[in-house]
Amino acid sequence: MTALSPQFLPEHGAAVPRSVLLPDGTPRPGVVPSLDDDQVVAALELMLLSRAFDEKAFSLQRQGRFGTFSPVHGQEASVVGSAFAVEPGHDWIVPQYRELPALLRHGLPLESFMQTFMGDPRGGAIPPGVNLLPIQIGLAAQLPQAVGLAWGRRLRGDDAVVLVYVGDGASSEGDFHEACNLAGVLRAPVVFLLQNNGWAISTPRSRQSAAATLAARAPGYGFPGVLVDGNDLLAVHAVVAEAVTRARAGDGPTLVESLTYRVGAHNTADDPSRYVPGDALREWQERDPLSRVRGYLRARGSWDDEREIHAAERIRARIDAAVRVVESTPPPGAPALFDHVSAQLSDRQRRQRADLLAQPETT
Amino acid sequence: MTSMTMLEAINATLRDEMARDDRVLLLGQDVAQLGGVFRATEGLLERFGPDRVVDMPLAEAVIVGAAIGLAAAGLVPVAEMQFLGFSHQAFHQIGAQLARMRYRSQGRFPMPVVLRAPFGGGVRTPELHSEALEAQFVQSPGLQVVMPATAADAKGLLQTAIRQPDPVLFCEPLRGYRLVRDEVPDGDAPVPFGTARVAREGDDVTIIAWSAAVHVARRAADRLAEENISAAVLDLRTLVPLDEAGILDAVAATGRAVVVHEAPFTGGFGAEVVATISDGAFYSLEAPVARVCPPDTPYPAGKIEDYYLPSVERVVAAARATVKAP
Repeated sequence: MTALSPQFLPEHGAAVPRSVLLPDGTPRPGVVPSLDDDQVVAALELMLLSRAFDEKAFSLQRQGRFGTFSPVHGQEASVVGSAFAVEPGHDWIVPQYRELPALLRHGLPLESFMQTFMGDPRGGAIPPGVNLLPIQIGLAAQLPQAVGLAWGRRLRGDDAVVLVYVGDGASSEGDFHEACNLAGVLRAPVVFLLQNNGWAISTPRSRQSAAATLAARAPGYGFPGVLVDGNDLLAVHAVVAEAVTRARAGDGPTLVESLTYRVGAHNTADDPSRYVPGDALREWQERDPLSRVRGYLRARGSWDDEREIHAAERIRARIDAAVRVVESTPPPGAPALFDHVSAQLSDRQRRQRADLLAQPETT
Repeated sequence: MTSMTMLEAINATLRDEMARDDRVLLLGQDVAQLGGVFRATEGLLERFGPDRVVDMPLAEAVIVGAAIGLAAAGLVPVAEMQFLGFSHQAFHQIGAQLARMRYRSQGRFPMPVVLRAPFGGGVRTPELHSEALEAQFVQSPGLQVVMPATAADAKGLLQTAIRQPDPVLFCEPLRGYRLVRDEVPDGDAPVPFGTARVAREGDDVTIIAWSAAVHVARRAADRLAEENISAAVLDLRTLVPLDEAGILDAVAATGRAVVVHEAPFTGGFGAEVVATISDGAFYSLEAPVARVCPPDTPYPAGKIEDYYLPSVERVVAAARATVKAP
């Protein structure tokens, strides 16, 4: 009798996250950064914009001027580092809803994003040439779509890569499995960027999966997985850039688990003090992704207090200008209910529209 | 009697039912540690422990599918869909599995499962949080669809839902959670399914509604009274089972009816109500039955949702036109 012992054990899924920068921004010895200093400065400014926008959006929400909004706070390196690994106008980004700086990098106007979170349907409009699918509120629903998009671009004969975002919570959805499975079968040019920020509202990562890492699921789908320090801009960029290169070369998908932390609330309606342990939060606040990039650039003479002040001024001006634009835009009227519902309204919808517009309250 | 919000009534009922029957357990996203995103399950983890109040992975289908298995094992699961709009991700487990497990097993596996699901508009949520999907579920025979409008009914219908043996989709109106407050009976007061409630007496026209739309109908009736139109309001409470006799009696008494709901017009449950009236009260009708409901468009973004939802003004206008019809 031969013992039937398993070949695949849970401990095989453990890994040390790939990293480039130490927490103070010092590069690990022998590592060559995958971005030059100008690119890192541009990335830092986008991270600063994201952080400033989080604060502004919370403040506007508290004043009743903004809707329910999910901040990026803590995940800026993860979002920006990955977005810098794909080419705007050629590659595609498929978001969940917590990736504002990636959307801006890919060309979405800040005003559109704001309109969406202010309850204006016109915010959903994505300008031509901006390769984004809409923000996705239904968790993990974007993943099968991203695989189809990647497959379709290949069928159309271009070498575009699709970068799709998902979180640790949404990775428990059936759509996650179905998308990864199909991507593996098709060798689709897609990069799954799984941002493990520790929390799905109040549910900790440990209650989503018993697996040591989520990246370790990838071999089960027939493609590689990578665990990366998600608070390390250069590490995220390097890993995703490698995955993009593989995808573009026809070598198929990669699952990148970006290990980061949701330092802020799930959204403006959430009170994380009810469930996030204070010591974990403090520990992650000390690993702030922005400080790490600042430390790196300062040591190279590419960042200083003066540049920080100027960047902050530019960012404030950009955000304030966007607020002015969206707040001075006349609100959508009742006809907007029917705009873009279908190529042509049915007779019944036309009648409904006329009836609605005839109501005194809608005129 | 105790004055309670709908949310307080639901929380207290879950607590009492769990104390009464140790087979009852709660599962869902954020229901334990957080006490639910609306605090509907607040304090229950502390009282009943982690085996009976369970935070689930973020996957609607597995929440419903696991509830089916728990019920087959002899437990009484009360599962939460965090928002009804996300129940599509579990629809195969609800429509093709939960609803027909008793039938499929020819009675071996009844499904005493309650799916609680907040839904409905008027609170400026992000996309997919406000959809009124009730009509999609009434087409799953075996599944009961329960839509309380008051705190008292939230308690009485939830008691019934937990105590009877078949699966229930229990829809809780988001905008009523804290706004709706009324006198809730103390102790046992289960409300039988399939018994509509006369929310207001009236002689000239019967307004039929469920869930949050009942309150729109009542305000419309107040407004109509100022015009000397006496409107009755009938709260259906449960769509499956449907109180056909209650509908027919209420419509026969006035000869005129308006149906109000938050789901889109075409194929909405209002169509079923109108057909029921046509079948059973046709010769009592003095006017065509009117429907006040949103157009056939997706649930809109916050800035335009007031145009979409049935308003007091539209219900008043429809009732007035119905009463004045020859």
